[in-house]
Amino acid sequence: MNVAPISKAALAETIGAISVRNVTQLYGEPGSQQAVLALDNVSLDIKRGEFLTLLGPSGCGKSTLLNIIGGLALPTEGSVSVHGAMVHRPSPDKIAFVFQESTLFPWYTVAENFGIAFKYRGLARSEWRDRTMAALKSVGMAEFIDHYPGQLSIGMRQRVNLARGIAAGTEILLMDEPFAALDEQSRMVLGEDLSSLLAEAGKTIVFVTHSLAEAVFLSDRIVLMTARPGRIKSIIEVREPHPRSPGFMLEPRFGELRNACYASLRDEIRQAMAIAEGKSEAAL
Amino acid sequence: MRDNSHLHARAIQMGFLGVALGAWFFIGRNGWVSPLFLPPIEAVGQSFIGLLQTGLFWSAVRITLTTILQAYGIAIVLGISAGYLVTRSRFLTQVLEPIISGLFAIPITLFLPLFILLFGIGTGSKIAYGAAYGFFPIALNSIAGLSAVDRRFLNAAKSMGLSPFGTFRHVLFPAAFPAILTGLRIGFFICFASVLGGETISSAAGVGRNIALAAELMEPARMFAWIIFVIATALVLNALVSRVENRMRGV
Repeated sequence: MNVAPISKAALAETIGAISVRNVTQLYGEPGSQQAVLALDNVSLDIKRGEFLTLLGPSGCGKSTLLNIIGGLALPTEGSVSVHGAMVHRPSPDKIAFVFQESTLFPWYTVAENFGIAFKYRGLARSEWRDRTMAALKSVGMAEFIDHYPGQLSIGMRQRVNLARGIAAGTEILLMDEPFAALDEQSRMVLGEDLSSLLAEAGKTIVFVTHSLAEAVFLSDRIVLMTARPGRIKSIIEVREPHPRSPGFMLEPRFGELRNACYASLRDEIRQAMAIAEGKSEAAL
Repeated sequence: MRDNSHLHARAIQMGFLGVALGAWFFIGRNGWVSPLFLPPIEAVGQSFIGLLQTGLFWSAVRITLTTILQAYGIAIVLGISAGYLVTRSRFLTQVLEPIISGLFAIPITLFLPLFILLFGIGTGSKIAYGAAYGFFPIALNSIAGLSAVDRRFLNAAKSMGLSPFGTFRHVLFPAAFPAILTGLRIGFFICFASVLGGETISSAAGVGRNIALAAELMEPARMFAWIIFVIATALVLNALVSRVENRMRGV
């Protein structure tokens, strides 16, 4: 009767990390003029250890989908399950978020910022300092453990922010345009770091960006979304092992994938701009 | 450089004080103003020394300061709680903030007789009066601060699974702290003024009561001795509050 452990492992394999089922998100009263359909019947399965990027024009509902996966928002219809369990609220023991630019609390030091995440994850206080140190080391920020965020540059803050997401030690990391506030070079360097960190950690990552190069460089799969209402238009696979070297960016394949993403998004971006223009005309 | 201009400002302030005291001295000396309205500075000084020698002085001061602290404590707890509750939704803030700021425009002094009916002539009515007045600036500044907290911080807190109390303690309160501190400062001086005013209008004991009594008994020197004491206390408290505030703001 020692079948159980095997079947359990097999089960975990088949369940996957995240399953999004027919998720629809409507803002405002149904049928009213102001109602906005942000997501329309989106279904998606994300494997364990996969790096999946949501790419699409602004306002396509990428961040909304990410928030629903993380339990920060509830969908109007449909459901999300993580490791087989339905998501109704944030579960900091399984999922960590890394947000746009810095959401480090400026009134706390770096160490105190990490401490809050650990406290509500239920980690023993004796572990905090070591965990913080280890995570900061992995992004080259160990010496700034007792600094306040205001004493760091934006790039440094974003490294620390990234480290906070990793330090929580969750299997799943949801990242909402974490590098948006950085310049192109810092973005690429942090991207490389992220790629090598992930190769070691084997986390499942859902990443939201509007940078094509970032998406191709980091992802195993890229989900391209349509302009409002957000639907999945197509999915592009990037078959390249992690950690990825900057050399990958110079390969013809990188350019081809990037172009494929762009070709797919072009019409959507035009449409998104048309929606935005229509709106401003209506406002006039 | 900065220290120099600081000293300069101090010297000018001291100069003003010296001129005012000197003018007072000369007015008294030459009998330009009836001593009933402005008793000579020496008489006020003697009167003050006389006050210090009676046990009455310190017991009155103790009663007044205790009343102020009690009123202030209540105003802080109610003011910040109200700020928290009102800002729980945008709609609630839209409805209640104008009501609270409207109520603040009403002279609460009108309700002092009601407070005396409810809480008696003792310190209870002055505590209620000071707390009622001090509540408003603290609540209004808390509402302003708490409703302006960056949504990104709240989202981050939510994603980390913070409880409502944890969110208040680690995110809302520190984020709104500068605004709340402004409310606490204004609230303190309003409590101070209200309690003394309340005591002067109607009470059985305290500094305000003694000022009113001295006036009724036509003892201007004693009245001025009390008033000078209150002014000095207010200045000291102001310096103290500034220092605490600067430390809290990390200046």
